[in-house]
Parts: sequence; structure tokens; C-alpha cells
Amino acid sequence: MLEVRDLSKSFGGLKAVDGASLDVRRGEIVGLIGPNGAGKTTLFAAIAGFHRPDAGHVAFEGRDITGLAPYKICAAGMVRTFQITQPFAAISVRENIMIGAYLHTGDRRLAEREAEAVASRVGMGGQLDQNGADLTVAGRKRLELARALATGPRLLLLDEVMAGLNPTEIGEIVEVIRDIRAAGVTILLIEHVMQAVTSLAERVYVLNQGRMIAEGTPAEIASDPGVIEAYLGHGAAKVLRA
Amino acid sequence: MNVPSSWRVPLLATGIAAALAYPLLVPNYLVTVGMLVFFTAFIGQSWNIAGGFAGQTSFGHVVFFGTGAYTSTILQVTYGWNPWLAWPVAMAAGGAVGWMIAVLSFRAGLKGSYFALITLAFAEVFRILANSVPFTRGGLGMLIKADPRPENFQFRDPIWIYYLAFVLCAVSILIAWQLTRSRFGARLVAIRENEDAARALGIDVFAEKVKVLTLSGAMCAAGGTFYAQKYLYIDPSIAFGVDKSVEMLLVSMVGGAGTVFGPLIGSVALTGINEGTRWLAGIVPALKNVQPLSLVVYGLMLILIVARLPDGLMGLFRRRPKAVPRA
Amino acid sequence: MPDPAILLAGVLNGLLAGGIYVLVAVGLTLIYGVLHIINFAHGSLLMLAMYAVFYLWRLLGIDPYAALPMVIAGSFAFGFVLYRLLIGRYNHGRDENILLITLGVSIVVDNAALLFFGGDTQTIDVTYAGSFVELGAAFLPLPKIISFAASLLLCLILGLYMAKSDTGKAIRALARERQGARLVGIDVDKLFAVSYGIGIACLGAAACLLMPSYYVTPSSGHAFVLVAFTIVVLGGMGSFVGAAVGGFIIGITESLGGLILGEQLGQIGISLIFILILLLKPTGLFGGAR
Repeated sequence: MLEVRDLSKSFGGLKAVDGASLDVRRGEIVGLIGPNGAGKTTLFAAIAGFHRPDAGHVAFEGRDITGLAPYKICAAGMVRTFQITQPFAAISVRENIMIGAYLHTGDRRLAEREAEAVASRVGMGGQLDQNGADLTVAGRKRLELARALATGPRLLLLDEVMAGLNPTEIGEIVEVIRDIRAAGVTILLIEHVMQAVTSLAERVYVLNQGRMIAEGTPAEIASDPGVIEAYLGHGAAKVLRA
Repeated sequence: MNVPSSWRVPLLATGIAAALAYPLLVPNYLVTVGMLVFFTAFIGQSWNIAGGFAGQTSFGHVVFFGTGAYTSTILQVTYGWNPWLAWPVAMAAGGAVGWMIAVLSFRAGLKGSYFALITLAFAEVFRILANSVPFTRGGLGMLIKADPRPENFQFRDPIWIYYLAFVLCAVSILIAWQLTRSRFGARLVAIRENEDAARALGIDVFAEKVKVLTLSGAMCAAGGTFYAQKYLYIDPSIAFGVDKSVEMLLVSMVGGAGTVFGPLIGSVALTGINEGTRWLAGIVPALKNVQPLSLVVYGLMLILIVARLPDGLMGLFRRRPKAVPRA
Repeated sequence: MPDPAILLAGVLNGLLAGGIYVLVAVGLTLIYGVLHIINFAHGSLLMLAMYAVFYLWRLLGIDPYAALPMVIAGSFAFGFVLYRLLIGRYNHGRDENILLITLGVSIVVDNAALLFFGGDTQTIDVTYAGSFVELGAAFLPLPKIISFAASLLLCLILGLYMAKSDTGKAIRALARERQGARLVGIDVDKLFAVSYGIGIACLGAAACLLMPSYYVTPSSGHAFVLVAFTIVVLGGMGSFVGAAVGGFIIGITESLGGLILGEQLGQIGISLIFILILLLKPTGLFGGAR
């Protein structure tokens, strides 16, 4: 469904993403993990059209979308959320989600109904009239998810939807993400917290210093010495094994 | 506004009835004051649609006003057109200038203060050109021959120009109201609140911004023609001077940027201040030069509004979120 | 085309004017570089300082050049207080907000000046105003030459101050790295106010240097504000060297524009440069990435 091949992106000499490749197949939940500053968000931004890659290709459903504007990529059926939540602060949750729904309908009532339906799917049914600015961190994360979902995507790119949440909230949002997948949406998610990913994803990619260093099931990844070193520093794998 | 919905229709009906009856009850001088309230609200609304709803703050909106005023006046004076026919052409010209400025500025990625400053510079370029090229008659300005007949867009009785201003204002309010309930308007608000998020959610930010500035430019140009027909004279500093730009921005900001009734409320407030200082000058002879005094008050209000009341006077009527925390 | 001698005179006059523009622009670019705010009140505050110079001369008989220390100190204090009371409190959030607040300040200042000083054009008749220096075919007014030299000297002093003094070093650290400056215990808010004060002090100095050969009216601020922004944008927002080079380019552009295109149309050059730079190279000649 999504094919990323040898993607590179630098910012003034610094290689944020260096020849990264990944695949997402229809119906999967795929995780993308890596230590802070590994280039995960940059890779996401390059996939979703926010940065034009210096090299490499991105194909979505067989169509080359490399360097396409974000709004076109969104219209094609792939939508991203932001790690740093970006609510439309001065308007209500309902209106926030309607912006997403307006992608495929110009009718206000229809958009409103859809927004309400999406809101209850992500557990925001009771907060429809709150303003974007008044939400808690957990609320904002849900709102990111809801708005993206309202565009009717086939592939959802989630950037750290669980960061900053407490364990109860993480448990809730994991359920929401499972439901979304069950409804037929494929998901690629970035997480810094490994544990959250292992409970959700079938496959995991590990990015470190811009390079893809491992790929496999969560169990395989968790025991990969290279991954452990990337996370915990040089020599950590040996220590853990001992 | 947080008015119970059952009140809205009677409130609106009373307002309209009062506005219609007003000129029949007051002396001509006050009819003209009322006309100015609606006219300023109208051009303020044209600013508000781009600056308030879409968040594209402009410091040079007068460029559209002047384009409209000069287009219709030149067509009328130099080419003998009927002003009613020249009016839509003036609007088209204003729209075209809006389109051009938008395409150039937004293509270059200008935002926020940079957009505000470049609009100011465009207005300045137009002012200097109007001052220098022969077909605008330079600094002499252009006189429209007085011939007060309705078919000439000139009226002997000020009541008719009052009603025309009222209709313009009402139409502009309807346009703004439509923005609050349409996809286009929702997208403008999304762009104002967060461009990146808007882009991620499938909005063609560039195209929407170009659209709104074109619409705003056309509306403002309609105001330019109206002004020229009312005063029968324009010159470069009236038509392209920074004062009108500031006035449009002020009425919207003071009344409530991005709200449907903001420009009207702002216009009522500012006209009130104007008349108040005029009255004050009548009793305190030392203040014989009143125009600057009311502008001092405007400036203070702008500072106060931006600092304390981001939703303008409209914000007093409802509860809105505090300043936007960036998380 | 006017003949070369007149063109040369135009260039020289432009250079002289540019020398003072540099001082105005350095103040603006300093405020931008450190505070990241666009001080739309810059022109109006210059106008206010020019009136201060005018009234010091008119009421107390103080020569504009002799007034320099006084007006610089006063302007610094004015800027410091203005920042503390108003601008600094809202120096967060959307950048348009601070632009709107400084627009508000400029509306208040412009119109208060009109109210209190009247709309007449005011000039200072210093005894040396009529003296000229002959340079080739050009006659250059003596006050303009003195002001030019003084302006460059003041810029140099300011540059040295920013490079060598503790305060200057702290301000430059602050401009580069806000968070870092906060962490190493610099009193950030005070330094912001000091920076704004220095920016306004530049205006005070410029006012003293302008008054012997220019005039002031309440709308003088308008005339200067776009010029100052153009210089700063041309040189690159926040760049000292850029402001200096930009000042000379704009001074010459203005002077030659007037000669070649006539007084009315000649003003168009500045606005056009401003628009073209913003559209084509918004980082300016010497600016880094925005």
C-alpha cells in the first residue's frame, strides 16, 4: 500500500533521514520507532509531502506521490497527525473535526453528522462543544486522530499519539486505534515508547540517526542487539544479556 | 454571539426596522453619519473577510479601495460610462488586484507581519503611480461632474445614499454569515488557526487564500466606487492613503475580527468616538482640531483590544478561549 | 538622463542621506534581531524624537548636535519604559499581534503630535545650515556632512559596544539563543527592554543628526517607516552589516530616483525594492535563514 524507497532528507548538511525504506501492507498496523532525534518525524513529513525529499521515492497504492503537496496526498487517501498537536484553537471540537470531513463533502449538515460520528468513535462524543484550546493533552491527541480520521483515509500516519499520556489514557487510545484498523484503515505509527508499539503493531521498523537499522515483529526487535544499543547506548546490549 | 436563538430573529428584525426608520426621524446631518457607519462597516467587512476570518492581516487594503474608486471614475469621466455599469468593472479590477497580490505574496510564502508589510508597500506603489501617471490626473485628483440623478449614481436626498450604504453593509454581513456556515469559510478559519494542520487535512491553503483575497478585493473596490460617487472627488492620498487601510483594520479589530457583526459594531463605536470628540471640541475651544484626538482614542483602543480583548467588542458578549497556548 | 555631474551629485547626496538611514535601520534591525518583533512604531518614534530636538532648540536654544547625549539618553529611557509597560507584555503569540500593537502606538503618537504640535512643518535654522562644501561638481551642505560622519561614528561605537561590552555580548547571546540565555541566568526580560531602548536611542541620535538639514511634521514618521523597513529587509532582518549596506543603497536609490523619475514617481523605487526583496529573496542580502 505504501512503499518508501531510499528516502533521504537533509537540513543544511545534517542528514535527518538517510536512505530509509519501508513498506506498509493493506490492513496492517506498522510501528516506526527510534530514539529521540532519529529522524522519525522528518521521515513522516517527507512521506506526507511536508518536506520534499532530497532523494528516494514514495508510492501510495502503486502511485508515485514523491514531493506531492500535502493536500493532494491527503485527498489521495493518506493523512498524517502531528506529534506536537495542532488544534484549531479558537473553534470547537465539532468544527475541528468538520474541517477533516469537508474533504469529501461540501454539505455542512453532512460534515456535522460525520464529525459527530467520528467524535464518538474516538471517545470525544461528550466534548463536541469544547474549544480546541481548552482540551487536555489527551483530548488534543484524540482530536488530532479524529480530524485525520474524518478525512476518510485508507492509510493513517500517527505521530506519537501516545506521548505525554498516562497509562490509562494510553490504554484507551490503543483501543481506539485497534477499532480504527478493524474498520479497514491501515496504520503507520511513530512511537518513542516501545511498549506502546509492541502491544499494537504487527511489524516494527527501527530508525536510528536517519537510517533504518532493523525491521521485524515486536519480539524480534526487542531482542535485536543493534536496537538495544541504539536506544541505550554503546555496550548496553551486552549488559542486558548478562 | 451568545444570544439565545429564539431572540435572534426578533432582534435582527428590530435592528433592520430601526435602521430603515432612522433616516426618516433625524436631521440630514445624522443621516450622513448613519451612512458613514454602514459604509465604514462595509469596507471593514471586506478587510474582515481576509484579515479576520482567514487571518491574513493586511496593512494596505486601501489598494483595493483605490483601484475601485479610480476604475469607475476613469471609466465615467474619461470614457463617459454610466457609473452603475462601471461599478461591476471596478469590482472586477479590485478582485484582479487582490488576485495578483495574493498570488505573488503567497507563492513567495509570505505570512503574518511580512504579508501585512507587503500589502502596505503595494498600496504605496499604487499611490505613487496614481500621483504620477497622466490618466489619473496625478495629484490634482479627479472630479466627477455633479448631476444628481439616480441613474447617475448620485442622489439629491442623502436618504438614498444612506439606504444604499445600508444595503451594501447588509450584503457584506450576509457574505460573512455565509462564511460561518460554509466549507469555504470553515477552511479559511482552519488556515487562520493553523496552516500546517489545514494542509495536512487536505486544504489547498494557497488556493483558498488567493480566493479570499480576490473576494475581499472586489468587495473593497465596490466601496471605492461608492465613495467616489458620494463625494464626487478622489485623489491619490484619499484613494490610496494609509488612513483608510488603518480605518478598515480598526473597525474590524475593535468590533471583533473574524466575527459577522464585528465590523458593524466597530464602525458604530468609532463613529461614536468621532462624534463624541467633535462634540467635545464644541465645548472645549482648545481642542479645535478634533480629528487627531479621535484617532488617538482609536489607537489606544487598538492596543487595548489586541492586548486584552482579542475578540474585540464582540468578545464582551460571549465566552471565548484564552490566548492560544502552543503545545 | 541628467548629465554625469548631476548624477554624481545625486549619488553623493544619496550617500549622505543613507548614512543617517543606517542609524535608523540599525535600531530597527537590532530590535528585530533580538526581540523578533517588527517595530511598526519606528518611524513615529523617530518623528517624536525629532520634535524633541526641535523643541530643545526652540525653547532652550540647544543646538541639535549639542543635544545628542541628552536626546539619546531620553530616547533610551522612553524605549525602555515603552517596552516594559506595553510591548514586552505582549511579546508572545502571533507575530501580527505585536505588529498591531506597534501600529497602535504609531497611530497614538502620530495623532498626539498633530494634536499638540500642530500640522505645520518645523525646521531648525542653525547658523551653519547654509554652509556648503564643494566636492567636484557637487555642493554638499555642511550639516549633512557632519551628520553623515557622526552617524557612522555612532554606528561604529554601537558596533564596538555590542562586540566588547558585557551587556552587548549578553544581547548578542540572547539574539542567537533565547532559551540558552535564560538558562545561564541572564535577566532576559531586562535585556529585551535594554535592546528595545538601544534601538530607540538610535532614533534619538538620528533625530539630532537629521534636524539641522531636514524638517519635521507629524507625518514624518510615515515617510521614514517604509524606508527603514526596506533597508532592513534589503540587508536582511537582524543583520547589522546588512542595515549599513542597505542604508546606502536606499539613500542612493531615493536620490537618483528623484533625479531621473521626478519627485513624485521617484519615491516608487523604495516600495518596489521592498516588494521585490520580499518576493524574491526574503532573507535579504546578508540575512541567514528566516
